[in-house]
Amino acid sequence: MNDLMSVVDWSRAQFALTAMVHWLFVPLTIGLSLIVAVMETLWYRTHNEKWLRITKLWMKMFGINFACGVATGIILEFEFGTNWSNYSWFVGDIFGAPLAIEGIFAFFLESTFIAVMFFGWNKVSRGFHLASSWLTAIGVVLSALWILVANAWMQYPAGMKFDPAQMRNVMDSFSEVALSPVAINKFFHTVLSGWVLAAVFVIGVSCYLLLKKRNKEVAVSSIKIAGWIGTLGILLTMWTGDGSAVEVSRVQPMKLAAMEGLYRGQCGQGLVGIGFINPDKEIGDNNDPIVYGFEIPKGLSILAKHDANAFVPGIEDLIDGIELTANGDTIHTVSYAERIEAGRRAQSALADYEKARVAGDDLAMDLAAKRLQADYQYFGYGYLDSPQEAVPPVALTFYAFRVMVMAGGYLLLFMLAALFMAYRKQSLLSNKLVQLGGLATIAIVWICSEAGWIVAEVGRQPWVIQDLMPSRTAISSIESSSVQLTFWVFVAVFTLLMAAEIGIMVSQIKKESKRDILADK
Amino acid sequence: MSEFSTYISRLGRRGIDLYVDGFRSMTIGKSLWLIIIIKLIVIFFVLKLFFFPDLLQRDYDNDEDRANAVRARLIENSTSSNINQNQ
Repeated sequence: MNDLMSVVDWSRAQFALTAMVHWLFVPLTIGLSLIVAVMETLWYRTHNEKWLRITKLWMKMFGINFACGVATGIILEFEFGTNWSNYSWFVGDIFGAPLAIEGIFAFFLESTFIAVMFFGWNKVSRGFHLASSWLTAIGVVLSALWILVANAWMQYPAGMKFDPAQMRNVMDSFSEVALSPVAINKFFHTVLSGWVLAAVFVIGVSCYLLLKKRNKEVAVSSIKIAGWIGTLGILLTMWTGDGSAVEVSRVQPMKLAAMEGLYRGQCGQGLVGIGFINPDKEIGDNNDPIVYGFEIPKGLSILAKHDANAFVPGIEDLIDGIELTANGDTIHTVSYAERIEAGRRAQSALADYEKARVAGDDLAMDLAAKRLQADYQYFGYGYLDSPQEAVPPVALTFYAFRVMVMAGGYLLLFMLAALFMAYRKQSLLSNKLVQLGGLATIAIVWICSEAGWIVAEVGRQPWVIQDLMPSRTAISSIESSSVQLTFWVFVAVFTLLMAAEIGIMVSQIKKESKRDILADK
Repeated sequence: MSEFSTYISRLGRRGIDLYVDGFRSMTIGKSLWLIIIIKLIVIFFVLKLFFFPDLLQRDYDNDEDRANAVRARLIENSTSSNINQNQ
């Protein structure tokens, strides 16, 4: 058992490392492709050479980031096959369709139109070039769509039926998978956050250009475009974040409870503004879960249910299967102990199915499959030793959520300030503190973006597929030592590559800052 | 028909030229391409070949065997969970 946990932990650490490195590049690709397309559109419409130069500057940054991010995502798929083979088989058909579509878009759309973007300046018409830039931006977003659809399905499995003969979840409704409310919210929230990240990158690098006292016109023009895209992006990200909170409260209430460090909920539940998780708090004891904090009255009920008096269940309420009505009456839902029992019945049915299959008894197989189907929605709970195992790491989820939200609030102010300075008070842009603040915000936006994924992925533990498969069941029969080895190989490889890639990006930015971008040939 | 094939061949030639000329005239891309090539070699010829085999593809001949293997593992895991619970 210890070795099994070790394999799970190391595999999770490895997957988290790979995914977080991958995510350093993706949002910048998503957002920068849009910003470049907007800038090129300005050149196309105005014929102003300035916009052509500015477009080419940011296209270079886009190219460096795209090249550095190439193939970092494919490693995740390798890990599915090696470390998570039970999981990859179990989800096979559901993941197969979105990932195949993603592969086609990524390969054909991006590789074709990115080539035209970079190599086609004097070879194709202005209109065709502009179309290629927009198609690249659209292709990048469509690629992201299918990955996010696959991820959303893991958070909210829908549109499928489990087939014990194939041991797979078989898709029976593509639209339910692709258009689930969780998928749609996740898609918009993630893509829009990419706009914000890229906008901050453009503003931050522009601040560096200003710091070097050259290319003021390029910097200010870039800040104006990025400021508008970033402001629109952060407002829409907040709006879709609100939608995500509603969806999480509906389909992953345990995640929401962990995000808030909420153990016992109530009608008109407050939202923790700032606070610290009490490390001594255990499920079932009387300790306060939050110390040194303040609460926004009714905030969580409004956020999660859009109703100031709605009941929001805490961790212990969910475990006990208790909800309250607005009148204070108790409603019994399915407790986690009952879910575990149901999960075990489903697993027992699966074992009977296997015995019947080996014996060649078709009738018994049918009966076992029907029993399995009846309790399948709680299949994964059968692997848990106790209800407490269904609780995600509360502290990490709680703090990551706060980092994301506070950084998001700061980014809104940052964008508004950037627009104000670019349009109304350009003298402020010459202030060194403002310029350094712009540069430092590049780090903040990436921390915000990664924190969002920590909330999404740590908050859904122990599930690799919500309610159906816990992480420890998804793992392959492999040695912990081999995962540890590859984990450290990854740390070494990623560190070296990241150092080289960041080095190239920084050296290019420095190079640009030393020349006159609008005048140089 | 011959006009069409000439058109297609010209189009193909232009497409190839786009890539060849583009790569030739790259100014900042050389070290970038070096990193990409090293990365792809490490990913596909080291990590994939030596560290990350697709276990179910490698160890079983067909989908039926793979399904049976996963079923057996999930049943075995559920049994060990229940044993832990009873202890």
